Amino acid sequence: MKTIHYATIVEKVAALCGRAACDLPADVANELTEARAREKTEPGRAILTQCIENARIAAAERIPICQDTGFAVFFVELGQDVHIDGGLLVDAIAEGTARGYETGYLRKSIVADPLYDRKNTGTNTPPVIHLKLTAGDMVKITLAPKGAGSENVSAIRMFTPADGEKAIIDFVVDTVVRAGGNPCPPTVVGVGIGGTFEKAALMAKEALLRPLHSHNADRRYATLEKKMLDAINESSVGPQGFGGATTSFAVHIESFPCHMASLPVAVNMNCHAARHASVTL
Amino acid sequence: MTARSLSAGQQVLLSGTIYTARDAAHKRLYTLLREQRPLPIDLGGQTLYYTGPSPAKPGQVIGSAGPTTSSRMDPYTPLLIAAAGLRLMIGKGNRNTHVIEAMTKYGAVYCAATGGAGALLAKTIRTAEIVCYEDLGPEAIYKLSVERMPLIVAIDCRGGSLYQFEKE
Repeated sequence: MKTIHYATIVEKVAALCGRAACDLPADVANELTEARAREKTEPGRAILTQCIENARIAAAERIPICQDTGFAVFFVELGQDVHIDGGLLVDAIAEGTARGYETGYLRKSIVADPLYDRKNTGTNTPPVIHLKLTAGDMVKITLAPKGAGSENVSAIRMFTPADGEKAIIDFVVDTVVRAGGNPCPPTVVGVGIGGTFEKAALMAKEALLRPLHSHNADRRYATLEKKMLDAINESSVGPQGFGGATTSFAVHIESFPCHMASLPVAVNMNCHAARHASVTL
Repeated sequence: MTARSLSAGQQVLLSGTIYTARDAAHKRLYTLLREQRPLPIDLGGQTLYYTGPSPAKPGQVIGSAGPTTSSRMDPYTPLLIAAAGLRLMIGKGNRNTHVIEAMTKYGAVYCAATGGAGALLAKTIRTAEIVCYEDLGPEAIYKLSVERMPLIVAIDCRGGSLYQFEKE
């Protein structure tokens, strides 16, 4: 049994907030450079050049890549042999979020009531925490701050088994093309296929955390990822929706067994500032 | 250069005074106009930038300050153009047909800044002061002076649009 102190988690989570907001993951940065090399349209090249320069300024001067520093979404892998001393894990993550957003000069974007008051909580809390119990005595905390521009174009549909592959491709491609410039393309597209209503949505979001150029382990789904990506990029939505070669950097599919009567499919997107950062304790 | 002379696809560098406003501020401005009450700022011939910046660190003018999705302002925009005289908007993503109709009728232009380039865009902002709605936090209205802010004319006042690849 390993003991991790509440205060340690608060401190590590606070640091994670600043890192996630200012440091573009290296795989995404590489994709921006490659996309610029491929891009033939003048607005597209100008936009990708700005994105690359933006990432450089953000990292060097510790300015958030995007002013929408997002909803703080955490994926936590908690080893069963870990004891958290001094308080609840979820409270420590919330406290770390509030501290990280305050000390990091990150924007607080969360309103307390979704429909009526819409008053800012002033702390960017509560966070959304997805907890997974694992073997061992480690805790891995991943923060994926989620901006609203890309979150707002998400979609879910409950297909039936008879609908098949083509209907699913059309749904995913159509969701990305209809979103146009709103989610700040080039995007990363996460797709959850199977499970239940909420499981499909969660898989779509988790898929966004995969390294770019990673493929689904099942060859059939890896092929489907490529089919969807090709169709999306043939649409020519392009950087910021002005037309061009790269609408999405990648499509990542996660799948799960499902009920014999259902076939849920969820789509979640990340903008080109596909932010996430992890810490292991 | 006037807004009317701009054409979709042109890349421009904007210098001058602009105001920020996003969802909550739009709702308030719109409500005042509907009730025929005076606005806290004169929007006649002015520019609105759809942004909610992150807080400035000590020594900084402003934090990260890129555009937010413009279509959320669409329900309010035609009245702001028609009744308040708004002439230039800066945001990201396409606008609806009501907005484009108002733009062509009154000679307003919509420019796009690069979404997700908030650090780069912040460097073009020389001064920033809150002029009203401070209670809205990041949604307060700021008066900004910008220098060589990189924009692309997305929809011009003749209805010309760069979003030709999008489905309605």
